[in-house]
Amino acid sequence: MAITSIKNLKEFSTNNDRFEGAHTLCPGCAHSMIVRELMNCTDDNLVISANTGCLEVSTAVYPFTSWDTSWIHIGFENAATAVTGSEVMHKVRKKKGTLKDNDAPVKFVAFGGDGSTFDIGFQWLSGAMERGHDFTYICLDNENYANTGGQRSSATPIGATTSTAQAGTHSYGKKEKKKDIVSIMAAHGSPYVAQLSPNKWKMMAKGFQKALETEGPCFINTVSPCCTEWKFDPKDTIAITDLATDSLIFPMYEIIDGHELNILYRPKNILKVEDYLGAQGRYKHLFKPEYKHIIEKIQSDIDADWARLQRREEARV
Amino acid sequence: MQDLKLKANENRGLHQLEAGFDLLGWDEVTQGSVLPSFEGDATGIAGLKAEERDYSHHNSYTATVASWRVKKPVFNIDVCIDCQNCWVWCPDSSILSRDKQMLGIDYDHCKGCEVCVEVCPTNPKSLLMFSEQEDLETALSQWPEKKKKEKK
Ligand SMILES: Cc1ncc(C[n+]2csc(CCOP(=O)(O)OP(=O)(O)O)c2C)c(N)n1
Ligand code: SF4
Ligand code: SF4
Ligand code: SF4
Ligand SMILES: [Mg+2]
Repeated sequence: MAITSIKNLKEFSTNNDRFEGAHTLCPGCAHSMIVRELMNCTDDNLVISANTGCLEVSTAVYPFTSWDTSWIHIGFENAATAVTGSEVMHKVRKKKGTLKDNDAPVKFVAFGGDGSTFDIGFQWLSGAMERGHDFTYICLDNENYANTGGQRSSATPIGATTSTAQAGTHSYGKKEKKKDIVSIMAAHGSPYVAQLSPNKWKMMAKGFQKALETEGPCFINTVSPCCTEWKFDPKDTIAITDLATDSLIFPMYEIIDGHELNILYRPKNILKVEDYLGAQGRYKHLFKPEYKHIIEKIQSDIDADWARLQRREEARV
Repeated sequence: MQDLKLKANENRGLHQLEAGFDLLGWDEVTQGSVLPSFEGDATGIAGLKAEERDYSHHNSYTATVASWRVKKPVFNIDVCIDCQNCWVWCPDSSILSRDKQMLGIDYDHCKGCEVCVEVCPTNPKSLLMFSEQEDLETALSQWPEKKKKEKK
């Protein structure tokens, strides 16, 4: 396949965007940063599908489309199903020789929000992973159902306020821990699974290219800050991802063949999670004295998860 | 260079996205409708620059969201080092880079989020926010001097 050069940003910038402007995502939304980067990682033809969510509804405002590739608009839970169906059809037609250009390389990619990936489309994603199709699934994880007004999902972390798990006099927001989707996907025996972040553009591009090049079902979780529901100034989208990766609340790592775990980024100065939480309105209430113990819990969870990741990296089991 | 405008086709910037065109009612939209992004064959699109493509009027490239902006980023080419930070992180495909050079901003698609200004590493910055009404010359004449590093 023809992957593009990611040696440095200058070379990467010679790619011609296949994701167009005048979509209706909020100013500063990270969804489009991630999608643009994926599409600039290869020159191959792309067949893309999207679960319903901000990305889907904002890039296909009838009668417009922002996609310069084949793109399928499908139901909330069906991106993995639709794109793997296309993949099978392509395989069969290639065998029969009934394609317009039988040798043109094609890659199959599905995008889903965390709501559709962790919760409502989980069964369909799991099925597609188990069937072993050759495709890449990318979750745009903004830790809530943003498109319908910011409801809690199983990707929402402890302590965040959402419209269905609201902080108030008797509540500090969501009480349950975020689901470990990366491990669940690795447990499907996927050849390539990773968690990546747009602030480290090269690491993210490298992971995308690895997933596109690897035969079989690959899964990537990306942190996608949502200025509207996380409540921060749109200009700070990348600064927020810096805080996320450097406080290790969003560690970047990959898991190959379900067991070979490699940590991709070790911050030189590990930041306190308070710096990350304090930059977002959705955690504002945690800074009241009565919720000090929640911040301490979030920090001790991060420390434990980071230690666990390092042990898994060493053990390779 | 500063006024560079890469017009891909005549439709560019013609449609207010909110208004659409030939709008159909919700009950008139055909099931399973297909929107072609280009006129004719789309083979090899990745190899063509925007100005070389034949966009169809369904492509959002031909629409504009300029009315979303309250402030706009202004580009000062004299300070720019072509690092392409703004290009990689612009969420609205609005940084016009060609042959490794940053050439300007696509004001039909820029929403004024200010991300490009934040990630620009030069001193002074090569991108700064100005009022939507400010003209280029006035904006450039107000460009700040190089900031000295604060002593710690
Ligand atoms: C089966 C079904 N349930 C609910 C909805 C309503 N719905 C549309 S978008 C959305 C939220 C999407 O959240 P997420 O997947 O996290 O994507 P985001 O918008 O946050 O990017 C919901 C609940 C739907 N379209 N279909
Ligand atoms: S609500 Fe959040 S995820 Fe949705 S478009 Fe706005 S910033 Fe992006
Ligand atoms: S202000 Fe935002 S949309 Fe406009 S060019 Fe800069 S990064 Fe892109
Ligand atoms: S970020 Fe600044 S210096 Fe880098 S290319 Fe953009 S304008 Fe030029
Ligand atoms: Mg979401």
